[in-house]
Amino acid sequence: MAKVKGAVVVDVEKCKGCDICVHACPTDVLALHNEVNGKGYHYAYMANPDECTGCMNCALVCPDSVITVYRVKPQKAKV
Amino acid sequence: MEDTIIKTENIVFKKTELLTDNELSYCPGCGHGTAHRIIMEVIDEMGIQADTIGVAPVGCSVLAYDFMNIDMQQAAHGRAPAVATGIKRVLPEKFVFTYQGDGDLAAIGTAETIHVCNRGEHFTMIFINNGIYGMTGGQMAPTTLPGMKSSTSPYGRDVEMMGHPLKMTELIANLPGTCFVTRQAVHTPSAVRKAKKAVRKAFELQKEKKGISFVEIVSNCNSGWKMTPVQSNKWMEDNMFPYYPMGDIKLPE
Amino acid sequence: MSELRLMKGNEAIAEAAIRAGADAYFGYPITPQSEVLEYLMAEKPNERTGMVVLQAESEVAAINMIYGAAGCGKKVITSSSSPGISLMQEGISYIASSELPCVLVNVVRGGPGLGTIQPSQADYFQSTKGGGHGDYHLIVLAPNSVQEMSDFVKNAFDYAFKYRTPVMIQTDGAIGQMMEKVELFNQEKRSKEIPSWATVGKPKERERNIITSLDLQAEVMEKRNHKLQAKYKKIEENVTLFEEVACDDAEYLMVAYGTSSRICQKTIQLALKKGIKVGLLRPITLWPFPKKQIAKLAEQVKGILSVEMSTGQMIEDVKLAVEGKIKVEHFGRMGGMIPSPDEILTALENQIIGG
Repeated sequence: MAKVKGAVVVDVEKCKGCDICVHACPTDVLALHNEVNGKGYHYAYMANPDECTGCMNCALVCPDSVITVYRVKPQKAKV
Repeated sequence: MEDTIIKTENIVFKKTELLTDNELSYCPGCGHGTAHRIIMEVIDEMGIQADTIGVAPVGCSVLAYDFMNIDMQQAAHGRAPAVATGIKRVLPEKFVFTYQGDGDLAAIGTAETIHVCNRGEHFTMIFINNGIYGMTGGQMAPTTLPGMKSSTSPYGRDVEMMGHPLKMTELIANLPGTCFVTRQAVHTPSAVRKAKKAVRKAFELQKEKKGISFVEIVSNCNSGWKMTPVQSNKWMEDNMFPYYPMGDIKLPE
Repeated sequence: MSELRLMKGNEAIAEAAIRAGADAYFGYPITPQSEVLEYLMAEKPNERTGMVVLQAESEVAAINMIYGAAGCGKKVITSSSSPGISLMQEGISYIASSELPCVLVNVVRGGPGLGTIQPSQADYFQSTKGGGHGDYHLIVLAPNSVQEMSDFVKNAFDYAFKYRTPVMIQTDGAIGQMMEKVELFNQEKRSKEIPSWATVGKPKERERNIITSLDLQAEVMEKRNHKLQAKYKKIEENVTLFEEVACDDAEYLMVAYGTSSRICQKTIQLALKKGIKVGLLRPITLWPFPKKQIAKLAEQVKGILSVEMSTGQMIEDVKLAVEGKIKVEHFGRMGGMIPSPDEILTALENQIIGG
C-alpha cells in the first residue's frame, strides 16, 4: 500500500532551533541543521524527507509558526 | 519527490494570517507563541477578526499586539480584566479576551481577576502559567512550585516563608460568574489540539453571555527554568502537571 | 427648553454626564463624592440614554475600565476623591500617554493620607504637575458653583475629544455637597461616530488599531513625548481660561479658584467698605494656568495674595508668572478647614498691604 506523502518547509530565518518539532515528529524526519541561520540558530530541516507523512505534528507545536506542511494522498502522488 | 509535494494546493498547514509577520519576541521553545497561534486560529476560523478586541498584559506577552493581527489594548500590570470589562461593557456584542501571565493575573491583578469572575463579565481570559516571572528575569511567581528555584527564591521556594503556590484556576472556578474553566497545555501535538478546542469553546460561550470563560495554559519557561526547551517541557510534565492537573474544572450548565 | 433644578454639586456632575451623552461611568464610592454614583444608579441612565454605569471593585479597576472603554472611542467619565484619585494615578498616566479622551472628576478632600472628608484644595500639585509617572498634563477645570459642575462636564468632554487627552474637573467637598440652582443643558444624543483610532474590531481593509503606551525603543518613546508636548503647547495656547472680578482699578489682587474664589468675592466687598481696592483673578483652568494674565495684572497691582485651601501650592505658579516683580504671599487653611472672608481680608492687610 502506498504511503501518504508529506513535506514541510521551514522558514529558516525565523526558526529559533528550539528542537521541539524534532521531538514531536513521529517518523524522525526532522533534525536541527549543522549550519546556523542569520540569528545563529541551528534551524530545523527535513533530514529524512522520505519518511514525512505530512501529519502536522511539527507545525502544531512550533511556537514560532515557521513550518508549512504539505501532503498528498497516495493516488495523487502517483499521477 | 519533495518538488511534487510542495505545491500550494497540497498545503495542509500554514501560519494563520491573523498572526502578523513580525518575529515573535519570545525565547526559543516558549509556549507563548503556540498559545498566540491557537487563539488567532480560533478567531480566524470563527470569522470574528472584525469583532474581536484583545487585551495584552504586562510581562513577556506585553507585545502580544505586535503579533496578533487584531485590534488590541495594552493594559497596566494586572489590570487586563478591568480594561476588558470597560471594553465589553460598551461593546457587548464584540468578542473580548485578555491574555495574561501568572504574575499579572494571579499576583498584582488578583483583585481584578476575582471580581470579573465574580461579576460574570462575558469575556474570555487566557492565563499562561509558567510558574515564574519571565520578562523581569526569572523571579518567583505566585504559581512557583514548592522548592522550585527562581532568582528571588534561589534556594527553592520555602512555603513557610514565601507562601504557597496559588491555584487561581480552581479558585475562580468556585465563583458564580464563571461558566467554563479549564486547564490545558501546548507542548505536544495532542495538547495543542485539546487546548485549541478549549479556546474555541471559550470564545463560542461569549455569545451565550454566561460569564467568564477561562483557559489556563500551563506552559514552560526554559530561560527562567534554565533548561533547554525540550527539557523544560519534560520538567513541566513531571513537576507542574501534578500540581496543576490538566483538564476541565468547570463546564457550562 | 433648559431646565432649572436645585441640586448638589455631585448630582449636577452625574446629571450632566447623562445629558452630555456619556457612554459609560465607572467608579467606586468615596466621601465626599459618592452621590455621583448613587445618583447615576438611581437615574437608570441605561434606560434614559443607554449609558453604562458600573460600580467597580476599586478605583484602580475603575480607571482601567475607563481606559478600556475610552480605547473603544467611547465617552467615559469617572469620579473620586483625593485618596481614590491617588490610586488612579498609574491608569491616568497610561491614558495620557495612550492619548485617550476621558473625564475625571476629583472632589478634593483634606489630606495627606486618609485625611478628612472635609473640603480641601491640596491636590493642586497632583493634578497640575503630573500626579502619575512621566511627562504629561491633564487639562484641569476648576468649577466654583453647582452650575459650573454641570456645564464643565460638557466642556470637559469637548476638550477630551478635541485633544485626545484626559480632562480633570477638580472641585472640592464644599461644591460637591452644596445645593444651588442649576440650569441644566438639554439632553444630547450619544454619538455613534467611531474614531479612526478606536479598538472596535479590525475589518480586513484597515490596519489593526493598538492602544498602548509602550515604546521600548528610546528614540520612539522620545518621539511620543515630543508629540505629547506639542499637543500640550497647543492646549496652552487655546484652552487657558480665567475669570476676573473687580480687576479694572484694583490696587491689590487675590488669586483663588473653586471654593476659595467664592469666598474671595465676599472679601472684595468687605475690603471695599474699608476703601481697599482688591480684585480677584480666578483660574478656571488650573492647567493650563493663566500665567500671562497674572503677569499682566502684576504690572498694575502692588501685591498678590494667593488664597488656597492648602499649604500653598498654586502660589508657586503665581510666583512663576509674576517673576519676582511684586510681592506674592499665600493665605490658606488646611486639613478640611475653609477660610472666612474676614480672615482673608486680614491676611491681605497684614501680609500684602501692611507687610
